[in-house]
Amino acid sequence: MTIQLVNKDAQRVYHQPEAEEHYHSGGATMLGFWIYLMSDALIFASLFAVYGTLSRNYAGGPPPQHLFELPLVALNTGFLLASSIVLSIGMQAMAAGRTATMWRLLAVTGVLGAAFLCVELYEFSSLIAEGATPQRSAFLSAFFTLVGTHGLHVLFGLIWLVTLLVQIAQRGLNEDNKRRLMCLSMFWHFLDIIWIGVFTVVYLFGALR
Amino acid sequence: MVVMNPTGDIALQERNLILVALGMMLLVVIPVLTLIVVFAFRYRKGRAPEKYDPNFTHSAPIEVVVWSIPLLIIACLGVVTWITTHSLDPFRPLDRISADKPLAKDHKPLDIQVVAMDWKWLFIYPEQGIATVNELALPVDVPVRFSITSTNQFNTFSAPTLAGMIYAMPGMKSMLHAVLNAPGDSWGYSGNYTGAGYSDMRFKLHGVDQAGFDQWAAGIKAAGETLSTDRYVELDKPSEKVPVMHFSTVASGLFDRVLNRCVVAGTECAADIMKKDRALDRDNGGMFAPPRMDHSAMQSSEGQMSQGMSSMSHTSTSGDVAAAVPAAHDHTNTGTNNGALAAPEQQGSNARP
Amino acid sequence: MQDHSFTTTVFGRLTLESLPIHEPILVGTFIAVAALGLIVVAALTYFRLWGYLWKEWFTSVDHKRIGIMYIVLAIIMLLRGFSDAVMMRLQQAVAFGGNEGFLHSSHYDQIFTAHGTIMIFFVAIPLVVGIVNFVMPLQIGARDVAFPYLNNLSFWLTVAGSVLVMISLFVGEFARTGWLSYAPLAEKAFSPDTGVDYYLWSLEIAGIGTTLSAVNMVATVIKMRAPGMSLMKMPVFTWTALCSNVLAIAIFPALTAAFFLLLLDRYLDTAFFINDLGGNAMLYWNMVWMWGHPEVYVLILPAFGIYSEITSTFTGKRLFGYGSMVYATVVITILSYLVWLHHYFTMGSGASVNAFFGIATMVIAIPTGAKVFNWLFTMFRGEIRFELPMMWVVAFMLTFVVGGMTGVLLAVPAADFVLHNSLFLVAHFHNTIIGGVVFGLFAGMTYWFPKAFGFKMDEFWGKVAFWGWVIGYWVAWTPIYIVGLMGTTRRVNHFDDPTLQPYFVIALIGAVIILIGVLGFVMAIVMGIVKRNKLRDVTGDPWGGRTLEWSTTSPPPAYNFAITPVVYELDAWQDMKEHGYKHPTEGFRPVHMPRNTATGVVVAALATALGFGMIWYMWWLAAISFAGILVVSIVHTFNYSRDHYIPADAIALTEGKRAQQPAARA
Repeated sequence: MTIQLVNKDAQRVYHQPEAEEHYHSGGATMLGFWIYLMSDALIFASLFAVYGTLSRNYAGGPPPQHLFELPLVALNTGFLLASSIVLSIGMQAMAAGRTATMWRLLAVTGVLGAAFLCVELYEFSSLIAEGATPQRSAFLSAFFTLVGTHGLHVLFGLIWLVTLLVQIAQRGLNEDNKRRLMCLSMFWHFLDIIWIGVFTVVYLFGALR
Repeated sequence: MVVMNPTGDIALQERNLILVALGMMLLVVIPVLTLIVVFAFRYRKGRAPEKYDPNFTHSAPIEVVVWSIPLLIIACLGVVTWITTHSLDPFRPLDRISADKPLAKDHKPLDIQVVAMDWKWLFIYPEQGIATVNELALPVDVPVRFSITSTNQFNTFSAPTLAGMIYAMPGMKSMLHAVLNAPGDSWGYSGNYTGAGYSDMRFKLHGVDQAGFDQWAAGIKAAGETLSTDRYVELDKPSEKVPVMHFSTVASGLFDRVLNRCVVAGTECAADIMKKDRALDRDNGGMFAPPRMDHSAMQSSEGQMSQGMSSMSHTSTSGDVAAAVPAAHDHTNTGTNNGALAAPEQQGSNARP
Repeated sequence: MQDHSFTTTVFGRLTLESLPIHEPILVGTFIAVAALGLIVVAALTYFRLWGYLWKEWFTSVDHKRIGIMYIVLAIIMLLRGFSDAVMMRLQQAVAFGGNEGFLHSSHYDQIFTAHGTIMIFFVAIPLVVGIVNFVMPLQIGARDVAFPYLNNLSFWLTVAGSVLVMISLFVGEFARTGWLSYAPLAEKAFSPDTGVDYYLWSLEIAGIGTTLSAVNMVATVIKMRAPGMSLMKMPVFTWTALCSNVLAIAIFPALTAAFFLLLLDRYLDTAFFINDLGGNAMLYWNMVWMWGHPEVYVLILPAFGIYSEITSTFTGKRLFGYGSMVYATVVITILSYLVWLHHYFTMGSGASVNAFFGIATMVIAIPTGAKVFNWLFTMFRGEIRFELPMMWVVAFMLTFVVGGMTGVLLAVPAADFVLHNSLFLVAHFHNTIIGGVVFGLFAGMTYWFPKAFGFKMDEFWGKVAFWGWVIGYWVAWTPIYIVGLMGTTRRVNHFDDPTLQPYFVIALIGAVIILIGVLGFVMAIVMGIVKRNKLRDVTGDPWGGRTLEWSTTSPPPAYNFAITPVVYELDAWQDMKEHGYKHPTEGFRPVHMPRNTATGVVVAALATALGFGMIWYMWWLAAISFAGILVVSIVHTFNYSRDHYIPADAIALTEGKRAQQPAARA
């Protein structure tokens, strides 16, 4: 039995209008976006699991150690990591209210992200040109899908980034835009972390086989 | 009800297990169902207003009982589960013919190879050198070792009077050890839906004594078709409601070629492809590589499982198993050392829990 | 390969042959559906209801409206899913000896696939999501969910998925693979037609809706509870809603990924689940069942929550063992994630792996049993009023316990070796889903119907529904357990053994009795509307409820609570009643509410077009739709004025009307 600490006869105040919270989903947005990111992380986890299961099945075709050019991947990684660093600096600028600086840094982030994608597209097309297509083996299907899904996420992030650049140029850093930037920032860093996983598990481990 | 009245020892043990598990659960379920009815009646509004106690919302003793009794039953059932899952593992060779007839450890089982096709069953008897479609004859009280694969689909090899079922999967070899204890006719089917001809994908199961079995096999040997590679390829085409067929000769190494998906001449065998793949890796297959197949070595006590798993879930190791087979490709179907089949036996002998 | 004529470019692989003009059953169904559709459209036009529907319902972001729409969708889909069931029962009752029945395997196989797919994805899930949507924010004293726009989008994405499934009845074929569409059968080599594509696109789209909805519900419970409502003061239904949605977030990504990879195999010839080039179909099985098993707990946990609310209400007692109920819920949530392999013990994973998953599966019976005992001891020394919701609870307890028992039986791997994929298994899961989920959802709909609409469902027809379902369930499924023990496997469309026939005939009779139950439920709603003045709920608390939703009017105003309540105890409304609570008549402030949106409807319509285009290889349609979705979504973000205020005097007016109604039932 729970012990009743409150005297049953005492007056309980069931409404406190002064303390009424302003209905605003702001606080929930960060949490909600974080939860969505975790679900996205689980999609990547599934793709990693698939890659892990199938990554030794070359079907007589090329294995990773013959395919991956680590210098190119290092360049790629450099672009993406740099873009994350730039974005972090941009978020600091946002916190300090320096809108113009933040805008420029966001644009640089976008450029670096686009560079990442260009290098990745170049890598994919050269692989395909030498016959290492996603259809060739289960390993290659898994490789292209895992890395490609990450790339697609980066592309969506870029579209979002450009949209935000326009919106900030139009309306400045109002509450909504700040919230959206925080979400984009979470998204971008998340993709960075996924890339570190990809880089390690796919490229480094693959090249070492 | 065939599940309740099977003629195979494994199926019988499984039936007993069902009854034991059911009995253990009824120990809780019957009192619970009774209480539900009793409480629903007794505490109906108006029946016993003096008993109404709106503050009865917590009781540590009741909670303790309510959590610990199911816990105890599940713990017992868990022990039973652990034991029977190991003892009735389809990959595990039999250690008895029936409850009162033990079996020597080094017994030689009757080997039957099973290929699940669309939508019929091919049974190859390598020692007898014959094959049938949709008809499985088994000698009574003789332990049988089934090696099972499939052409395109995931099927299950199910003969409910004989034993439990196991999946038949392309490129993988599963196994079932069973024994039929009484003669008679029964049937088998596939327990996983595979398309248009699925409902008719059944085989006849004939339980006969040893003499009857030898007669049956001799009869087929005398007057059946030839299961050449070409005939097999024709058989492989999708067909429904397929009648029983008999084959007096079987192309050599056919089952292993089906398993390795290289029946047609000129196709590369899965085992060979895997070997080539592994040769490219300089790290011995990495952290999760399955153990290398060494036919003379004893594997770990989990060897049976990994053998089962490895011949099932890694084409690389069924490749290893089948890799032993290229040597056997040269053998005719006279039952001489078939590496793929010897290994499981060795595996099996140290699989006891 | 197709030649690239103008027709194939525009219509892809859609031809006149794709229309089932030679199949009488389908032609008849189409005529009936089209006629009904025309009548509905005509009526809506005649009564000038389109504007009302658009403004008040389709573009609404109000969780109560969205919840009701989910339930309406589910009931419509239930009619189709149940027709499939009756057809299957009929076929299996007659197709013996030489008689092949009236459904050729190419139809029968679509019917059992559609039956399972529709029942899980478009009946059970929308019903659960709908009830959680309606009830949970009210129970926690909130005005809406955390992300109202997302809520609207989630609903319409679910509709998009169901539209695609419905279209497949008349244009092309549906999948013939079973409701989980296993590889290798679902690969292009073995299922080349549109069937599996309809399945995959419809479920990917609906699945995104469900995932987003789950994120929404979790954020709502965590962030938007009324002041004073700590986690351990939340109603049990809110707890189960939280756990169920957390589980949903954890599992839908696995399904999304599995379907995505199968789509890649089918569209781009990748090698994930094929038999060659190193692919492995077992991967698909693992991924879908990592979704599939927890999914049934996603469905049953809210049903358990509903039973808890109803039991405590109709026994006049707080729920027995609240703390252990909560812990049991959380334990079930976690454990359900660890048992998926029991769906394919027979795949040869080896004894130790099988035994682990078998024992883990059995362990779930412990917290589930604890819950049953807690309901039992809530009844103990209670004053049980056997109104319809409570009748459903008792029927559930008696039915579900048996189903749970057969589940534990199947959890023993060596027992499963003979029972896997048999009709015994099919009976088991229908036992738990009907006895557990469906009874719970009917109980919940009956219980909260007056809250949603202001009047109760018709009691007579409600009882017809009840007895139809309960008697029908037992008559239909007991013989199926038996034929399973006779060695009969599932998904078979004709039989050779005549000794099985009597059982299937009894099962058919049972299905007809259930049909009476289904129609009875629809009648209970219809007659409720017809007799609504007699059945009116004027107090807002027709059953003597204990949780906050009963403190509002029936139906609640758009803003739910004029002033957010402060919570002191579990069973907050009961506490308020015991302390002489009076509804406020002054001190109102303007309430901040979100505006309606058309984006959800538009995006979902485009998603349907995208799905249709991809299914039929109409690449131009797919491309335009996809681009459209992007553009509409981006344009939507340029709309910064998404809210408005309900002025304080409007609230005062509504609350004033309420003050004139009788006091709540104690």
